[in-house]
Amino acid sequence: MSLQTKAEKSVPLLIILSIIVISFGGLVEIVPLFFMKSTTQPIEGLKPYTAMQLTGRDLYIRDGCNTCHSQMIRPFRAETERYGHYSLASEFIYDRPFLWGSKRTGPDLHRVGGRYSDEWHRIHLTNPRDVVPQSVMPGYPWLAENSVEGDNIAEKMKTLRMLGVPYTDEDIAGAADKLKGKTEMDAMIAYLQNMGSTIPAVR
Amino acid sequence: MPEYDLMSDFTSPFWPWFIFIVTIGGIFWCFYLLMSQKNAGDVAEGQEAQPTGHKWDDDLEELNNPLPRWWLQMFIATNIFGLVYLVLYPGIAVFDGVLGWSQVGQYNTEMEVAEEKYGAQYVNYLKQDVVTLAKNKDAITTGSRLFSTYCTQCHGSDAGGGPGFPNLRDSHWLWGGEAAQIKQTITSGRLGAMPAWGAVLGDDGANNVVAYVMSLSGRKTSGDVDAGKEKFQQLCVACHGAEAKGNIALGAPDLTDDSLVYGSSRRTIEKTIKEGRNGRMPAFGEFLGEGKIHLLSAYVYSLSLE
Repeated sequence: MSLQTKAEKSVPLLIILSIIVISFGGLVEIVPLFFMKSTTQPIEGLKPYTAMQLTGRDLYIRDGCNTCHSQMIRPFRAETERYGHYSLASEFIYDRPFLWGSKRTGPDLHRVGGRYSDEWHRIHLTNPRDVVPQSVMPGYPWLAENSVEGDNIAEKMKTLRMLGVPYTDEDIAGAADKLKGKTEMDAMIAYLQNMGSTIPAVR
Repeated sequence: MPEYDLMSDFTSPFWPWFIFIVTIGGIFWCFYLLMSQKNAGDVAEGQEAQPTGHKWDDDLEELNNPLPRWWLQMFIATNIFGLVYLVLYPGIAVFDGVLGWSQVGQYNTEMEVAEEKYGAQYVNYLKQDVVTLAKNKDAITTGSRLFSTYCTQCHGSDAGGGPGFPNLRDSHWLWGGEAAQIKQTITSGRLGAMPAWGAVLGDDGANNVVAYVMSLSGRKTSGDVDAGKEKFQQLCVACHGAEAKGNIALGAPDLTDDSLVYGSSRRTIEKTIKEGRNGRMPAFGEFLGEGKIHLLSAYVYSLSLE
């Protein structure tokens, strides 16, 4: 029996052969990216998220910010004029998962760090219309009310360290202390203010 | 950004060659498969197509007809398209493509074209001082567009500001309204720190200082104005001055008018005194560059000329 006849008569064999054929695309387009410096090594100066920033990042995920905000500035003048330098793969090395997003109901946030004052973020996150009357963003007033104390931050950081983020023992031991007396608002602002700040703000 | 070299970006030379072999090999493998089957099932003149051997329900058979010609030609065309594409554009890692296209290259070209188009204009504007530019209609139009992009989130689309974000249309300036001062504010940012006096003053003390501050703009409220003035002379004069006229070197506001940046209500003033304020104007020097800041300064300067 030829291979073709066998494949036509055996469903498992057909499935296996199909998987082999269609996996070639991924083998060529995805696998080599795991072996490139620009996609696997942090850009010079990139620091792992601090306890506060990491907590803020998890809140960013919890509240679904990435549904309306991307974190990916494309190399087009129209984007770099508005947001700053286009995003580089090596800036996201410590991001697990990536929050690149795929839809911009609001603006891109990759270089929002340092663009506004903490106070602006506080007002804007509570009720965006207080500073931007035309905004359609929902308010997140509970951020200011909820404490982030007692969060399992040390466990999170240990897990990330297992995955290759260079946290020191001191970082992890001191993590819970860093969240003492802080609100979700503080954590979110810490995350936002750090965003994209590894590359100088130049276009 | 340093010149990007794809080959040296891979951790091992195996990977670019892997991409090359699988990509090109895949195309030729498809081509080979196609050609090997091209004549299968060709039917001689006057003959009937033969069954493939697939048979269902006793009499339902699949005939081995030749591939439709249009389909065959399209398949070959896609093969050729793929090869031509890989000659022109980067796609096989070991070869950059004869057009020399790259994503960053395309971006740089776009930026150069823009620089050619607008660069001279900015150079021209930079030769004129802010006060002159503030009367130049074209410059102000450009400046207002820049303002819409970079400044309205805090200062509002009409530059009217809001609580904590200064109104740029009026004649009150925290850090000075001269051209050079405005430019400095945009370039390097500003940090205004009002300390919290709640613990020092206590509720009564704070209440009295509120009364005094409000009396400065001719308003009356509960609290002992004289006692408040005494405290003010001890604690507040260092920044706001004995006359409470403020100090633009520190960004300390003039308290004798009733347009306070955080709001002039009794409650707001009380909160400011008790809890302090930290107003920050972010620095835009690095991000926007001198040309844009020059135009923005002219626009902001022009706002209070009206």
